[in-house]
Amino acid sequence: MLFQQIINGLTLGIIYALVAVGYSLVFGILRLTNFSHGSVYAFGAHISMVLIGYSFGMLPAIIVSVLITGLLGILINKVGLEPLRKKKSKGISSLITTIGISYIIQNLLMIIFGSETKFFPKLFDYGNVTLGSAIIGVRQFIIFGIALVLLGLLTYVVNGTKIGLAMRAIEQNSKASNLMGIKVNSVISFTFFLGSASAGIAGTLISGYYQMVYPTMGVMVGLKAFAAAVLGGIGVLHGSIVGGLVIGLSETLAATYLGGSYADAVAFIILIIVLLFRPSGLFGKQDITKV
Amino acid sequence: MPKNNKAFGQVSLFVNKYRKILLVAALVVTLVLPFLVKSQYIIRIIVMIGVYAVLGLSLNLVTGYTGQVSLGHAAFFAIGAYASAILSTRYGMGFFGSAPIGALIAGFCGLLLGLPTLRLSGSYLSITTMGFCEVVRMIFLNWDSMTNGPMGIQKIPKPVFFGTTLTLGNKGLYYLMLAMVIVTTYCISAIVNSKTGRALKAIRDDELAAGMMGVPTTRMKVFAFTASAFFSGFAGAFYAHMINYIDPNSFTFDTSILILSIVILGGMGTLTGPFLGSALLVSFPEALRFMREYRFVVYGLILVIMMRYKPQGVLGGQKRTPYALPKGVVRPETAKAKE
Repeated sequence: MLFQQIINGLTLGIIYALVAVGYSLVFGILRLTNFSHGSVYAFGAHISMVLIGYSFGMLPAIIVSVLITGLLGILINKVGLEPLRKKKSKGISSLITTIGISYIIQNLLMIIFGSETKFFPKLFDYGNVTLGSAIIGVRQFIIFGIALVLLGLLTYVVNGTKIGLAMRAIEQNSKASNLMGIKVNSVISFTFFLGSASAGIAGTLISGYYQMVYPTMGVMVGLKAFAAAVLGGIGVLHGSIVGGLVIGLSETLAATYLGGSYADAVAFIILIIVLLFRPSGLFGKQDITKV
Repeated sequence: MPKNNKAFGQVSLFVNKYRKILLVAALVVTLVLPFLVKSQYIIRIIVMIGVYAVLGLSLNLVTGYTGQVSLGHAAFFAIGAYASAILSTRYGMGFFGSAPIGALIAGFCGLLLGLPTLRLSGSYLSITTMGFCEVVRMIFLNWDSMTNGPMGIQKIPKPVFFGTTLTLGNKGLYYLMLAMVIVTTYCISAIVNSKTGRALKAIRDDELAAGMMGVPTTRMKVFAFTASAFFSGFAGAFYAHMINYIDPNSFTFDTSILILSIVILGGMGTLTGPFLGSALLVSFPEALRFMREYRFVVYGLILVIMMRYKPQGVLGGQKRTPYALPKGVVRPETAKAKE
């Protein structure tokens, strides 16, 4: 029982981690909480549902939908946020803009697809395995595996490639990186692409797991993934992964032992407690105020 | 853009010149308004605008004047509403007893949340308040014995004033709302124009410098937060007694965002801004009802477009009146002119 719940929690947690990485990447570079991220996640799930419906193969459908979701991220950045950066607006303007964008995306989804819960085909249905007393779906392992590989890939992109180097440079000082010849705006767009694409994958995987899709699915997941990102130290990639796993695990365990209705609050209670003792999160770097 | 600013400047000059007359006119209009408008539906929207104006004013104290972004003000709204509703349905208290207690409880929660979290800065504060809002909602959702869980609290009595039940029909609720708005505006403006208010603005503009000048920054922030929670709680109590029914879903993250949008759209750090913001954002979904499902898309578009072209809000950043100095202090340039 406990073992099974732990596996369920880890599966959920790795999905949170995939979404949290998107928050973390954008926050790291722009110091911006991207509130449209949850709706991007819902968008990804819906696009996957439509494309899988066209039956030109499961995998190509998912890849195309992930690419489209990534492009949506670029669009958000180009249309909504880049003009604000050019005007050197205050941070809060960008924050409100992302909230506005999330309203637009979520309600357009509602208009186009209807607000009811829709069926999503089961992904990777290869039966169950029995480990001791626990019955675990093979798809849980596959979801976990895919997410882990993707997270590894993302970590490699950020830490091991040239564009990752550019991202980290902008994180430290965007003006100086611009002077060094880094195309700041393209790198930011690329960051949005990465974040949104991973949110799209997360949306697709979780929809395949629960077999349902609805326009407001991103709201709660968005908030929790954000909590996960902050918990691990926002802007730190491995922090988001640990944060996501912790939130997913604690939520599943709380649902089992305290009752389902407490599950949603646990993430935030943990977040508040951690922030009180370590304001920069578990792995976060301490910010130094410069005068 | 400059032309636009000039027009705004002229308007604000005009307003300053005839300030007293305009104030009296506004007062008269608000007093006779319920007799001019026959539709109860419109009166109801106006009362809701008042409620959200109070919420906007209270959040403005924290966000507009102190520069701390709270994403969880719906929590205090909810605490005030629930506390007052429980006191009146279970313990038979009248609105005039339960509402202040509800507001005090909300203020106390604000103090409890503020003490540890206001040491955090920037985004972390926003996140903690957001988390707090979710936790409060979960508590109301699960504390069945007290809050009736997801069913919500029903049959909350209307306020009774010296034997008369105040309803929308007999315009009593409208005047009660008016009284609440006036008292809140007075209190907030008193805070903002006091020494404390100057300290708050100093924290907003540069927290480090304010601290260096001897402003007890954390204490000031906690004060602003507590006061803000108190007024939000009062608005919540009023809301509960007006609608007669509350459930946890009336106080979601969306409500917090709506309050924040009111402050930002109207103009941060202005006293009139929240009124305009509330009037626009509360009446908008109602006015756009014919567009049905598209109205929230339009709502999102408005936020995006506003931030792009006028991020300081409709009334923000247009202040032409010189900064009010304490008595006996003379500006150097006026002193020179006198010589």
